[in-house]
Amino acid sequence: MFFTYLRRELRRRRKAALVVASGLALGIALVIVVTSVSAGMGAAQDKVLQSLYGLGTDMTVTKAAAPAGSTSERPRFRFDAQDDGSEGEQSSDRVMVQGFQTLASSTVGTVDAQSGVADAVGGLSLQVVKVSGEFTRGRFQQDGGGAPGGGPGGAQPSPQGRVEGGGADFDVNSYSVYGTDVAEPALGPLTSSRITSGRTFRTSETNAEVAVADASYAKEKKLKTGSTVTIKDTKFEVVGIATADSGDAAADLYIPLKQAQTLADAKDKVTTIYVKATDSQRIDGVKSQIVENVPGTTVTTSADLADTVSGSLSTASSLAASVGKWLSVVVLVAAFLVAGLLTSSAVSRRVREFGTLKALGWKSRRVTGQVVGEAVVNGLVGGALGIALGLAGAYAVTAVSPTLQAQLGGGGGAGGGFGGPGRQAQRTLDVALTAPVSPTTIALAVALAVTGGLIAGAFGGWRASRLRPADALRRVE
Amino acid sequence: MYELTAVTKHYTRSRETVQALDGIDLTIPDGDRLVIQGPTGGGKSTLLQMLGGLDRPTSGRIVLDGIDLAALPEARLTRVRSENIGFVFQSFNLIPTLTAQENVETALVPLGVKPKQRREQAAEALKSVGLGERLAHLPGEMSGGQQQRVAIARALVKQPKVLLADEPTGNLDESMRDEIMDVLERMWKELGLTFIMVTHDSALAKKAPRLATIRKGRITVKENTRA
Repeated sequence: MFFTYLRRELRRRRKAALVVASGLALGIALVIVVTSVSAGMGAAQDKVLQSLYGLGTDMTVTKAAAPAGSTSERPRFRFDAQDDGSEGEQSSDRVMVQGFQTLASSTVGTVDAQSGVADAVGGLSLQVVKVSGEFTRGRFQQDGGGAPGGGPGGAQPSPQGRVEGGGADFDVNSYSVYGTDVAEPALGPLTSSRITSGRTFRTSETNAEVAVADASYAKEKKLKTGSTVTIKDTKFEVVGIATADSGDAAADLYIPLKQAQTLADAKDKVTTIYVKATDSQRIDGVKSQIVENVPGTTVTTSADLADTVSGSLSTASSLAASVGKWLSVVVLVAAFLVAGLLTSSAVSRRVREFGTLKALGWKSRRVTGQVVGEAVVNGLVGGALGIALGLAGAYAVTAVSPTLQAQLGGGGGAGGGFGGPGRQAQRTLDVALTAPVSPTTIALAVALAVTGGLIAGAFGGWRASRLRPADALRRVE
Repeated sequence: MYELTAVTKHYTRSRETVQALDGIDLTIPDGDRLVIQGPTGGGKSTLLQMLGGLDRPTSGRIVLDGIDLAALPEARLTRVRSENIGFVFQSFNLIPTLTAQENVETALVPLGVKPKQRREQAAEALKSVGLGERLAHLPGEMSGGQQQRVAIARALVKQPKVLLADEPTGNLDESMRDEIMDVLERMWKELGLTFIMVTHDSALAKKAPRLATIRKGRITVKENTRA
């Protein structure tokens, strides 16, 4: 009887039921779209941050670069003046520590020993500038075969002419190299890339002359697995090609840390320490501890990095978090209210009906249950519509995949900069927005639908339960 | 058997106190057929609602088979209504979305009768009022007389001790009126129940063995020797 009565009643009041269901559907669809877009924003931000950090890194420890002109040395290139007339190619390369002041390698151990730190590895960021080319000597060209005759006094005339040709043709090649701790492959900037050709470092290759090239750099320089690159007279075999998951790679070339330290004449030095916390909830506490116990360092967490992200990604993220959230709340509250008022009004129109049922011996609980049941089914219909609408909206966002720009850095991180090499300058990444709908979001939608139904049912049920059969019958007779 | 002692009922309407019943003393034996008449606003329907346990008196006792309805808690009063009292209303009061059979079933729902048995009993009750062919019809698809017969089947399907009818023919034309009264009288005789009816119709009142008249909340009962 319950279900027959419920079904027939909803069919009879299908217009009102449709209004209630549509209101709820709109609110629920908005919640799904906003939640999934927010999740997509979060994923996009994570992607951006991962491009800086690599997977698994919770924070980085660095020492801010010294102000220009204080201790840094400008690169100098010396080329021989060759008087013997030879015109062979000359080259000179400089390997410089990039971005930050160096930290002693022992700092890695100090950081690793802090409570709450699961793992810490060091890395050395280098910039290599190679200048190569050749000088060409100019040739003297005598004008018109020399002066005619000679002057009085028989003095020898000086030759008349000019130097033609000659000069210098030099190419400047600048690229970044990252010294990575090959014994700890799970942390560091290389984790934000995947090996698409060849292999990564072996843990035994701590001082081997091997390199992994970033795919973009490899393409530009026509490098492939088995190729050789020369950095400051040391030849490195390219054992793998790595493709960054998103945005730019951390470096053009990755080599073992010891090799990088040797090349840069920075023995036992690192520029960045990558830290993984034992518990993601303790990151702030670990940060404070490192700042306190390892003086002179800057600790940058992913939250700090997220604050430095600007551009359309940041704007959209803020919009989703503020406007989207509040819009959803307002629509939902309005939908709940409308559903409640319409249900209550429907009860008012059915006073005689409920009064009759009570006269027949129906308990108030049963009458209220009937009203609440109708409202909950109405809510579930709205929920189903809302889920369909929300999924369609989320699918549309994913299908269109609007590109958002994330601007990173710009001296961000309060002097600490980012964990990756060369990140102190502002740069822009393009990220495609998706709107993934998780089972949690669907569960939330169903919960909202049931809640909406219950709220509406509570309005109507409360009125129905208060009806006295005599009053109900008297009012219409 | 009903025994009413000093039953009063006051209403407050627009800051004014209305004395609907003013010290009613009345005894209605089992199997009696009582017709209540009186002017509009005299208290007829109020008295019927008190007898049916739909409302409580301001003071006094309404005892049905030894149970004081005025003092019963709501849950027990609801149970007394569901088991012992059948109602027939002037406006039929059928649920518009339910079929004739389902409408009759609503009276069996509070008694916990199983669905299959409920359907069978409802069909039987409808056959007894001549609507065996109309089980699946909605109220909107039936005439006023047929709707009232559905309401009578609903009132009687649970085999109550008492049948209370409030102007059961008030919304019907003359031929329908006679048809419905025939059904009610037949049921009263067949089932041996106590039948109390409020009506304005003097023709119907003349046929009743006992006639009660309520004026300004006071009741007088006369035996009708001509009935």
